[in-house]
Amino acid sequence: MPTPILQLDDVSRSFKKGRTTIPVLQNVHLDVNRMEFLCLVGESGCGKTTTGKVLAGLLPPSSGRVLFEGQDVRTLKGADFKRYRRAVQIIHQDPYASLNPTHSVAQILSFPLFRHGMVHTTAQARERVAELLDTVDLTPVGDVIDKYPHQLSGGQRQRVSIARALTTLPTVIVADEAVSMVDVSIRISLLNMLMEMRDKLEVTLVFITHDLALAKYFAWQGRIAVMYLGRVVEIGPTPSIVEHPQHPYTKALLSAIPEPDPALTRAKQHIALRSEDIPRLTELPPGCAFHPRCPWYVEGVCEQVVPRLERIPGVNGGVEVACTPLTEGRELTLYGS
Amino acid sequence: MNNNTIVLQVENVSVTYRSRRGPVQAVKHVSFDLRKGESLALIGESGSGKTTLSLALIRMLADNARITSGKILYTRDGVTRNVLELSDGDLRTLRWRDCAMVFQGAQNAFNPVLRIRDQFMDTARAHGLNDREWVRRRTLDLFQLVRLDAQRVYDAYPHELSGGMRQRALLALGVLLDPQIVILDEPTTALDILTQRAIIDVLNQIQERLNFSIIFISHDLALAAEMADRVATMYAGEVVEIGAVEDIFYRPLHPYTLGLLRSVPKLSHGQDELISIPGNPPDLINPPPGCKFHPRCQFASDHCRKETPPFEQHAPGHSAACWHMDRVIAVHAELQQSR
Repeated sequence: MPTPILQLDDVSRSFKKGRTTIPVLQNVHLDVNRMEFLCLVGESGCGKTTTGKVLAGLLPPSSGRVLFEGQDVRTLKGADFKRYRRAVQIIHQDPYASLNPTHSVAQILSFPLFRHGMVHTTAQARERVAELLDTVDLTPVGDVIDKYPHQLSGGQRQRVSIARALTTLPTVIVADEAVSMVDVSIRISLLNMLMEMRDKLEVTLVFITHDLALAKYFAWQGRIAVMYLGRVVEIGPTPSIVEHPQHPYTKALLSAIPEPDPALTRAKQHIALRSEDIPRLTELPPGCAFHPRCPWYVEGVCEQVVPRLERIPGVNGGVEVACTPLTEGRELTLYGS
Repeated sequence: MNNNTIVLQVENVSVTYRSRRGPVQAVKHVSFDLRKGESLALIGESGSGKTTLSLALIRMLADNARITSGKILYTRDGVTRNVLELSDGDLRTLRWRDCAMVFQGAQNAFNPVLRIRDQFMDTARAHGLNDREWVRRRTLDLFQLVRLDAQRVYDAYPHELSGGMRQRALLALGVLLDPQIVILDEPTTALDILTQRAIIDVLNQIQERLNFSIIFISHDLALAAEMADRVATMYAGEVVEIGAVEDIFYRPLHPYTLGLLRSVPKLSHGQDELISIPGNPPDLINPPPGCKFHPRCQFASDHCRKETPPFEQHAPGHSAACWHMDRVIAVHAELQQSR
């Protein structure tokens, strides 16, 4: 196996709020392989955005290590550290908030070029900016290059954000809900463009979303990691996650999502949870954090042991789950039956 | 559950906003009707006029908006009234009693310093119901119906409840006065998937029990597929297609509806082949001539660029505004076969 381009090794991250400490990420292990499509999915508060920020080096982990090409990023110095920061770029969710309204598109895209010494004159910068705009299909370039963000539509702004992420010739792009603020009819063109980047520019794409159907479309040839309350609960190749989910949380999630097809969605069997309330991060249940809601809860096991992300005996195909009964090779039985 | 009593008739309604750049035609010549117990979904993208239209239905539009044409007729117990002709007093009774509206992101609609029970009492009193005991019993009943821990929620402050619980409490508040119509603006956006599922189930249940009609506004096609009896697609302020939910999803007539369907991924059934609709929604101050969708439409011809297509019935209960419906039908059939 080649070394993954990015790795999270036992990463935890907490935030302080007054006197309480909120554990947002706990003991996350994650490998990001070169040129793969990796999706992080989960509901709000599951830690997917924090994971993305830790990967991109925008947030240091509270404990654990981030490895870039096998090296702990904290030990990287000078030119090596710069190389890491250049190599991993992030696209934010809100194209209305992430672009400076007082700067033109040309300025927005030139700053990182100058900052990283990739161009030296304004003329060079303009030429490179034009190329970037062409890459993200903002053509004719002349119509866009001197505009300000408010003169662009949401979709166009998000293309500028993508172009900005490309300025440093990154090898990894972390796209955090990059299309969720964009209208349905233009979402797919943005996604398709991101997907083409992989082959055109040889980048690895980490896509963060709450929308499993989008994740499925985006990462059909890659992997999905499902997160719940700060931990990865299931990870594996997209087709097996979507078609044969193993972890109880993944099963419940998939069963709950409406489908854009009346017959299909109305025939869907929903998995009833034992509780609808999501625990607070400050009062996490002991053991498996999903156990108070899990329909297949095993008393004496789930609330005792923190499950580790492991393979299920007898299930092939590279899926790993964090569910003690499953990884111990038990059959799931409904609680109380 | 449905019978054929029509509770709301919208005829040729247009709404214009004043703006510095000139008048904005946010809703144009919209007509539809709503039957008792029915769920109608208004789907469309941002700026398609769906929220403006729903605000017009209860005359809650902003000061710079004007309803320039049309009639909005509510019928209850055999009496029909045009909302556009009601006095302010009559309008106040109509709102919430006949037609309640639950706004987008309404989890945050409760007043944070008042207990939930006081907000229910206030709403009832504002509409002339002073029997506190009746309101208490009705509220607790409704809480049970929306699967809330009734007494606890009744005495709670909003911050003590989760987003999903507040959303359910709000649904209960919406139906407190037994309205005939409830308008829901993006009822599940900003909610988590599992919470969203719970809200959908609760909505279906209370609708079955109380038999009110729902108009819900959404950009989420999957939600429409799940909850709606009928669907209206809006584009650039116009309803471009309306029909039974199966008609819209399985037999679309308008290129925009087809385009939307082709751009949404499904969870099941393997890999999707999706295509975006090219271009951007039009500027409503200077809309394109003819059919407003023509600059983005794969079927557009000279006819489309010159003349606005009429809104025509194609099959019973299924209408659309397009010069090239036959070609849309043919292309859709081909797509279905190639699957």
